[in-house]
Amino acid sequence: MKVTVNITRRPEIADPHGLTVGRALHDLGYGTVRSVRIDRTIHLDVTGEDAAEVTASVSEMCARLLANPVLEDFEVVIG
Amino acid sequence: MRAAVVVFPGTNCERDTVRALRALGGEAELVWHKETDLSDFDGVVLPGGFAHGDALRTGAIARLSPAMKAVAGMAGEGRPVLGICNGFQVLCESGLLPGAFIANRDLSFICRYVEVEVADTDSMLTAGLTAGQVLRIPLNSYEGNWVDPSRQGRVVLRYVGDPNGSQDRAAAVANDAGNVVGIMPHPERATESVLGSTDGQRLLGGFLAALDRPTIGHR
Repeated sequence: MKVTVNITRRPEIADPHGLTVGRALHDLGYGTVRSVRIDRTIHLDVTGEDAAEVTASVSEMCARLLANPVLEDFEVVIG
Repeated sequence: MRAAVVVFPGTNCERDTVRALRALGGEAELVWHKETDLSDFDGVVLPGGFAHGDALRTGAIARLSPAMKAVAGMAGEGRPVLGICNGFQVLCESGLLPGAFIANRDLSFICRYVEVEVADTDSMLTAGLTAGQVLRIPLNSYEGNWVDPSRQGRVVLRYVGDPNGSQDRAAAVANDAGNVVGIMPHPERATESVLGSTDGQRLLGGFLAALDRPTIGHR
């Protein structure tokens, strides 16, 4: 089963990469850009037929390794 | 009294660290990260480098190494545990110190001497120093920007100035008991006058002194 994990840095935590890209977009003339945040997506292929079970298992992986609970939130999407 | 210096795949400051500790009269041995038994040692250093190539996040994979269980055990016993640079990142990922690291504010890899001032002397690293004392040691990192939303971290060394955006200008952070300390700059690179500073001796000397009195700082 294909699983996508979206890991997002919490809004209150600075994102120096996003700030730099935002400045670059302004330099290119895109003054409409208010902010840029760069997050991470992890793609997994996991054995199992039951979407709820797979979601629970991958959520545990996020809590234990894939996401840093100090900085990040995560969302597990089947597919 | 002996210190273990843990080597992960990608660690690259282990020999400098052992050399600096030995030059100060300490006993220090390299220990591969697969080692599960550190009972022959009285304290441990997690040296700098790029453990596991910084895969996923700095320190995220190293935290799972077998040796880290023994390191956590030593931390719980009040023995001195020192994380330098990448070792500091590993300690945060392990939950042995609060907070986490993000990229430096200006996205630059900082590689220069910085000044740090002693903010708190109640830690094994800073016990022999005086509050306000300024030390000159090299900072060599890209992800040295410490973030601690919990505000549980106790800053024991503060940058003079703000090189990387680190919260509270933290250069070194201790746990409550003061026996676990992470430091972002490299004291082992400031231990011989030919290197430009010997101030790192004061800090590593604190670590070595704590090997003899492992419950220092408990409160």
